[in-house]
Amino acid sequence: MFDNFPLWPARASVGAANVDALYIFLVALSVFTCVAIFTMILVFAVKYRRRPGVVAEQIEGSNALEITWSVIPMIIFLFIFAWGAVIYFHERTPARDSAQIYVVAKQWMWKLQHEEGVREINELHVPVDRDVELIMTSQDVIHSFYVPAFRIKQDVLPGRYTTFWFRATKTGTYHLFCAEYCGTQHSGMIGQIVVMEPAQYEAWLSGGPSIPLPQAGQKLFAELGCSTCHRADTQGRGPSLEGVFGKPVMLEDGRTVMADENYVRESILTPAAKVVKGFKPVMPVFQGLVSDEQLNALVAYVKSLSQPPPEQGVKRASATPLP
Amino acid sequence: MATAAVTPEREHYLNQEYGIKSWLLTTDHKRIALLYLVSITFFFFIGGFLALLIRLELLTPAGDLVLADTYNKLFTMHGQIMIFFFLIPSIPAVLGNFLVPMMIGAKDLAFPRINLLSWYIYIAAGCLMLYCLGTGGVDTGWTFYTPFSTAFSNTRVVEAGLAIFIAGFSSILTGLNFVVTIHRMRAPGMTWTRLPLFIWSHYATSIIMLLGTPVLAITLVMVVLERTLHLGIFDPRLGGDPLLFQHLFWFYSHPAVYIMILPSMGVISEIIPCFSRKRIFGYNFIALASISIAVIGFLVWAHHMFVAGISLYSALIFSLLSYLVAVPSAIKVFNWTATMYKGSITFSTPMLYAFGFIGLFTMGGLTGLFLAALGIDVHVTDTYFVVAHFHYIMVGGAVMGYLGGMHFWWPKISGRMYPENWGRLAALIVFIGFNLTFFPQFILGYLGMPRRYWQYPPEYQVLNVLSTAGATILAVGYLLPMVYFLWSMRYGKIADDNPWGASGLEWMTSSPPPTFNFEETPEVTWEAYDYANIPAPEEVQVGG
Amino acid sequence: MADSQVAVEHDNPALRHHFATQEQQREAASLGMWLFLGTEIMFFGGMFCAYLIYRYWYYNEFAAGSRTLNIWLGTTNTAVLICSSLTVALAVRAAQTGKRKLLLGLLLATMLFGLAFLAIKGTEWHDEYVEHHVPGMGFQFDTTVPQHPDQKIDPQHAQIFFSLYFTMTGIHALHMIIGLGIFIYLTVMAWKGRYTPEYHTPIEIGGLYWHFVDIIWIYLFPLLYLIDRKK
Repeated sequence: MFDNFPLWPARASVGAANVDALYIFLVALSVFTCVAIFTMILVFAVKYRRRPGVVAEQIEGSNALEITWSVIPMIIFLFIFAWGAVIYFHERTPARDSAQIYVVAKQWMWKLQHEEGVREINELHVPVDRDVELIMTSQDVIHSFYVPAFRIKQDVLPGRYTTFWFRATKTGTYHLFCAEYCGTQHSGMIGQIVVMEPAQYEAWLSGGPSIPLPQAGQKLFAELGCSTCHRADTQGRGPSLEGVFGKPVMLEDGRTVMADENYVRESILTPAAKVVKGFKPVMPVFQGLVSDEQLNALVAYVKSLSQPPPEQGVKRASATPLP
Repeated sequence: MATAAVTPEREHYLNQEYGIKSWLLTTDHKRIALLYLVSITFFFFIGGFLALLIRLELLTPAGDLVLADTYNKLFTMHGQIMIFFFLIPSIPAVLGNFLVPMMIGAKDLAFPRINLLSWYIYIAAGCLMLYCLGTGGVDTGWTFYTPFSTAFSNTRVVEAGLAIFIAGFSSILTGLNFVVTIHRMRAPGMTWTRLPLFIWSHYATSIIMLLGTPVLAITLVMVVLERTLHLGIFDPRLGGDPLLFQHLFWFYSHPAVYIMILPSMGVISEIIPCFSRKRIFGYNFIALASISIAVIGFLVWAHHMFVAGISLYSALIFSLLSYLVAVPSAIKVFNWTATMYKGSITFSTPMLYAFGFIGLFTMGGLTGLFLAALGIDVHVTDTYFVVAHFHYIMVGGAVMGYLGGMHFWWPKISGRMYPENWGRLAALIVFIGFNLTFFPQFILGYLGMPRRYWQYPPEYQVLNVLSTAGATILAVGYLLPMVYFLWSMRYGKIADDNPWGASGLEWMTSSPPPTFNFEETPEVTWEAYDYANIPAPEEVQVGG
Repeated sequence: MADSQVAVEHDNPALRHHFATQEQQREAASLGMWLFLGTEIMFFGGMFCAYLIYRYWYYNEFAAGSRTLNIWLGTTNTAVLICSSLTVALAVRAAQTGKRKLLLGLLLATMLFGLAFLAIKGTEWHDEYVEHHVPGMGFQFDTTVPQHPDQKIDPQHAQIFFSLYFTMTGIHALHMIIGLGIFIYLTVMAWKGRYTPEYHTPIEIGGLYWHFVDIIWIYLFPLLYLIDRKK
């Protein structure tokens, strides 16, 4: 739109048009309101300018008017709130079968790893028309992953995961910015999202050497000794991790929590925080012993233990076969 | 040209005593107001100079004027100095200090010595901030987010944090003085509903100062302790939560923006009735709206954190509440406009600033609706859209109100008229310069340009150049009043007691007022904005 | 109000010129102190808020940290402060009834209690330093959850308890020291005979401040010392 004087970035995701629609509505509302008020002021200023012999009329007020111009704006505001809330709700509810990308932000670069194992720095290649979920953490300070063309951003925090999902609708290259001030090279912590046709994406994926992330995680799982306690049978001193991810877990202290990425991460770093019911708090602490990338691999592995095996033919919104 | 300096025939607060001690040890609220005027103007120009450097750097996409670290310090200190050393004190400490006692018919504030103490605390804080600036500066952003500020920044975070902590006490004491004064020192007959709306808005502002500032104080203390003693309250490596810092910080810093705008709204509520020659429309509603803004303003802080990692449900609640707080401000805009209906309007400089205020505050407030919408905020938060929004309110709103108020009460403060045509010209230049500086930033923000960026992709350059051009015009607009106000102190036309024919007890005493404000304590038997019974001046007095 | 009354009032040197009557001055001072205490509640409130959140998240660690605090010294300190509030209240009464010697004695007693509090607190801090429980100064924390000898307390979360403990008691102690300063001033003024049954506002508002500092401790004590003493 307006190629020479654009008012918004390219629309490259399913959500972008919705955000722009609300934006345009608000622009129109604002223009209307400003025109109305400015015109009134102008008209009053001219019509009621001081003239000899004409005295101002003392008007105390009008309760009817006050109520009207309180209630009507409130109703409009509630409408805007609802519209914005619906968009936000969709933005924060990731699709079920999305491709998972693990992001580690650090001063001052983005490190991304596809589930298939391919790593990127400051660049993210994704296929068009495919749901993609980013699972992000920071190695140091707070950053923020921002793609204007998708109209979304999400702060990336140290010590936990935050997530961000999108489905790109247009091939092309789009800006990636860090949007939370993070020090000297904050404005240099930029990159691009490269949206490709599915076939091209597959070709690109298979181009680099890679171990799929869950596989790397499985290797680590064995190397770090996790498999001694977390056995698939019920003989281990720790709970089996088959089918655990994505489901509620009952804890020793009576609470029930959802086994999401943050739960798995916390269980590795500070296991005493949430002990599964029926088990003793004997798991060693891995804080300081695993890097963020290793954590991502382990999380990916645990997730993979909850996914149905590929032979059973998974139905996806837009079928894109994985290698 | 007006007459040269006239030997005063009578005693007033400026000539009652001369000498530096009489100023530095004064307890007269009017003199303290002038002490503040000089200090905040000084910090305004420092903060403004930092802004100019920022805008010069942003003329080109590459970072080629200053180093990245320097740029980060520029925007950090621009924000800190402008917010804590200019905006927050500005109207309350200058106009509020000067006028609150007079408007209610009192001889002084309740605690004159504490008033002087609050100025010294401000100066001490200011010196520490200047020390910080002169010894390398601070680069955390005015928002001090952890863990960057506690564990990663290598700059003068402690000094800056302490400076703001100390400045906070100045703010708290000013607020405390105002609340006690308004409650206990009103002249006989000055009931709550006869108070000028300037008083109501300062009352609301003072409530926020009292309740909110201490939370920032303790938060900054914790940041300083964490940084110096490695305590670890916000450190994620110890299990601390960086989001806790953000909640505590914004719990004050959101209401702080109402500290910055409410006094300005109070000024506008005085100017418009005077230059429309009629009582303000909807007095009760405007008074109530001021209190509502103060109260509801404490409930919306996490709208600064929609993408920070808070839960979906928190976000929904804070978005809803943010729309609620917009309503009282809208009510005020409608009431001011309605006041002009069937009025008798003159276009003096204060009135021009009032028009500018309504226009720019309306635009800034409407863009607040964009930001409160969750779906939009995710896209535009941390971009220039937010920068434009808050500058429209704080500069287009608060500073315009401050300048309007300074022009309106200048005759009372100095006993002189400023040159009216220069005043109008400056108002126009400020208005044009302001819009050119900040309107392009809305577009920049929606296009995706993040804030706090030293360098940026080339496609954002055109809008940045427009913005910088506007900033230079704005700078001229701000320099002009400096020059002609100073000029008027020596050469300006001598002012009458009430050159504007305005209502209000402050206009019933001489210009400048005597040290104890009134020859006799007034007894109030009339309502506020009694313009039916105040004749308009023959012609609105102008001064050259 | 009659001019003559105002004239008589203004002969009173204790009445500041901008007030019309003693009553107005006293009410203003009182309201001012109450508002100031309100700001202090907000000031401490930020710390209490941080404390409550972390305690909810890391209960075991907070409990373990709490159990290492010296409950006898803490209880003694609580008693000391409550006694000091008694002497303060009695001092106000002495001022109201014009008993100068009694007033002086009670002010001194209050200050002695205050000093005792600070001395005991200092002892506790010293003990905690010796035990390496001061964050940032060789912090070590090596205990297990009671009745779960295989479950270690996370020292990093425990460090947050101690960070908040030192911050909260430190800032409280700072307020005590300021209170002592205020009371030194009050004592000197009382000794000079400045306070009469008609004018003793500084004693009253000084007393309010002291009571406030006491109340903060009354909240701090159970929150910090009594988290989980049963185990």
